[in-house]
Order: sequence, then structure tokens, then C-alpha cells
Amino acid sequence: MPHMVRIEEAGVSYACAPRESLLEGMHRLGLRGIPVGCRGGGCGVCKIEVLAGEFHTRAMSREHVSDDDVAHQRLLACRVYPSSDLSLKVIGKLQKKVCTPVSVR
Amino acid sequence: MAMTGVLRPGHAQVRVLDLEESVHFYRDVLGLVETGRDATGRVYFKCWDERDHSSYVIRQADSAGLDFFGWRVLDKATLDRLDADLQAYGIKTERIPAGEMLETGERVRFTLPSGHVMELYAEKTKVGNGIPLVNPAPWSKARDHGIAPIRLDHALLYGPNVAEVQKIFTEVLGFYLVERVLTPDGNGNAAIWLSCGQKVHDVAFAEYPEPGKLHHCSFLMESWDQVLRAGDIMSMNTVPVDIGPTRHGVTRGCTIYAWDPSGNRFETFFGGHLPYPDYETMTWTFDNFGQGLDYPQRKLHETFLTVVS
Repeated sequence: MPHMVRIEEAGVSYACAPRESLLEGMHRLGLRGIPVGCRGGGCGVCKIEVLAGEFHTRAMSREHVSDDDVAHQRLLACRVYPSSDLSLKVIGKLQKKVCTPVSVR
Repeated sequence: MAMTGVLRPGHAQVRVLDLEESVHFYRDVLGLVETGRDATGRVYFKCWDERDHSSYVIRQADSAGLDFFGWRVLDKATLDRLDADLQAYGIKTERIPAGEMLETGERVRFTLPSGHVMELYAEKTKVGNGIPLVNPAPWSKARDHGIAPIRLDHALLYGPNVAEVQKIFTEVLGFYLVERVLTPDGNGNAAIWLSCGQKVHDVAFAEYPEPGKLHHCSFLMESWDQVLRAGDIMSMNTVPVDIGPTRHGVTRGCTIYAWDPSGNRFETFFGGHLPYPDYETMTWTFDNFGQGLDYPQRKLHETFLTVVS
């Protein structure tokens, strides 16, 4: 069963299966300019903050995710998998792309 | 050409986030040959046609990226001479004792102004490629396991102070500049391709604010057909692909860029022109970098400039 993931600032939602990373689901939205990087938790371009909801993760580079980030659920979307409906905000390099209207990108 | 001094890229040590997942990827998808594991947990690989014990080493860590890149030099006397030359140039060097890496002799280690750790060494056990040296067959069945590149070809590294790095490679280590991309203002080099033999490059550097970054390690394929076959295997195994299959303008090499399971980019590479040390450097202007990267599509892919480990 897919879960619904809401990107708060962008005001859009997408379906994401538990075996799919949040980034894979987001990428399917087809929003222009989502920086899909290495998809292995190594490069750090797809940083998000999970605001609400349950999830599980796989190993991601601690160069891009500090202890404080983990405590605040600031994680790399390519390594986070939904266990319930979620809401998130995009931060870092993603934010500019996702939250800027196409006309001024 | 009489090759002396630095002979070739010898080994790369790369950090991975999950060791066994990465061993599966490098052994069964990329098709490297696993040659050993040491007491610290590092796993050693070589390409099937390489003769030395190892060329690619992985270790589990909490971040991805490159620990160091090693160069095979001609012999012990060359190692000592280059160590002295580096020190005379003002670069601090350190000796790593023989045996610290499996089947590998003493290494001379130093850090470039770009933040990358380099090593020189003269000895690594020759384990062979599984093909006899007398009446050798052209290949063995290892060629058909996974993508199965034939050697570690080069690396592209991102960091600051590329102009200083270029001087060290050309003035101390005997490399020459094959190609370069100019900065947007045309007054410096945004990226450089350096050779120590007749390969189109043995290492490349691009100017980048963060030090010590890995853009990719590159593995040599035997043909364009083998690059396309690599692309098929990547898709069969849902390997994230970055760019290609296509052909670079810079080097003229054929390529696919993709990522390992920890986000370390790698390349399956074929071809390239064959320079000599007396050839003039070829120059690309920044506004043609798109052609330099991806000649048919003329596209400066954003990930090429921004995604590193």
C-alpha cells in the first residue's frame, strides 16, 4: 500500500510505496529541476526534513547528516522510506528547485 | 616511448556506507575480481585483466568518498627519487610501511593542495590475470562476469587550487597537460586532464570549493559495444545512471557515468585519443564545456558540476 507524502511548502502530495525512497516518489512528480543526485546517500543534494509521520532509513553519509540533523529528522530523501503518510519540507539544495516557481527558475 | 617515473594509476581506496551491499555491487554487477580482505575489514578488488593484486579497495565508513589514490612507479629507486623531489618542492611526505595494504610495498603518501591524498609505491604482488604468460589466450571467462572492465583507468577529482595541483604533477611527477577547460573569464583552468604515458589521461582535476572530493573513478572497457553492454547491466540491476552512454568531446572517450550503492560515481570508459608528451594542449572554452562533456547532446549536465562524494 502506498503512503501519501506531502511537500508542505510546495503544497503538493505524492504516493510513495514503503519500498520506494521519498526521492523516487518525488522524482515521479516530474517537477522540473529536482536535483536527483547519487541516490545512494553519498552526495547530500536531496536533503529534507520529515515533519510528521513514520519512516525507516538506510545508511546515509554523516558528512551531510549530523547528529543534530538526525535528531530533527533532517535526512537524505534517497535513503528514507515511508511507513505511514508523511509530511516533509525540502531544505538545502532541493529547496530552491522545488519551491521556486518555474517562471523564475 | 620509454616509460619511467610514474607508470600508471595503481589503486583507489573508496569509502562505502554498507560493506556487503557494496561487495555485491563491485564483484557481481561491476564484475571486479575480489582478491582479499584484511584485518581492518577492507575488501580488495582488481579488474580481470589487471596483473597486480588490487586496484580498487573499499572500506565501510559513515561517509562516502575517496580515502586516497595510489600511483605505481617504476621501481624502488624511482620511489625514493620522487619522494625526495616532492620534499624539495616543499611537499610534506609520509612513508606507509609495506604490508599496511595487502600484498603492497612501502608507500609514499602526500596531500595535494586540492585536499586529495596521493600515494606512490613501487611494489605490489603480481597475481596475474588468470591467463598464462606463455601462449596466452586473449581473455578468460572472467571477462563475462558483470560489466567486467579491464583496468582502473583514471580518476576525476574535485577540489580547490587546481593550478597548484597542475604544477606538482607536471613539474615534479612528470605528467603533461593533455586537455583543459578554461574558467568562464578565460584566465584560468576550470578543469585539467593529465597524462603520465600515452593514455589520454591518467588523472583529471576540476576546480571546486570543497577539498578532497571524488567525482569518479573510471574503469576501462574494451569497446563501445562493451560500454553499451555495461549500460544494459546497470539497468538490469537498477544502478542509478548519471550520464550516457555518450561520447566526451574532451578526450574523445565513450562513457557512462553511474553511482555505486553509496553514491560514489564511477565511469565505464572506452577509447580516447593517444597523445604524446610533445603534443600541444587542447583547450575548451567554458561556453563549450557542454560539448566537452557530452559531445552529441552538447549538454553541461548539472549533476556533473554539483554531485560529488
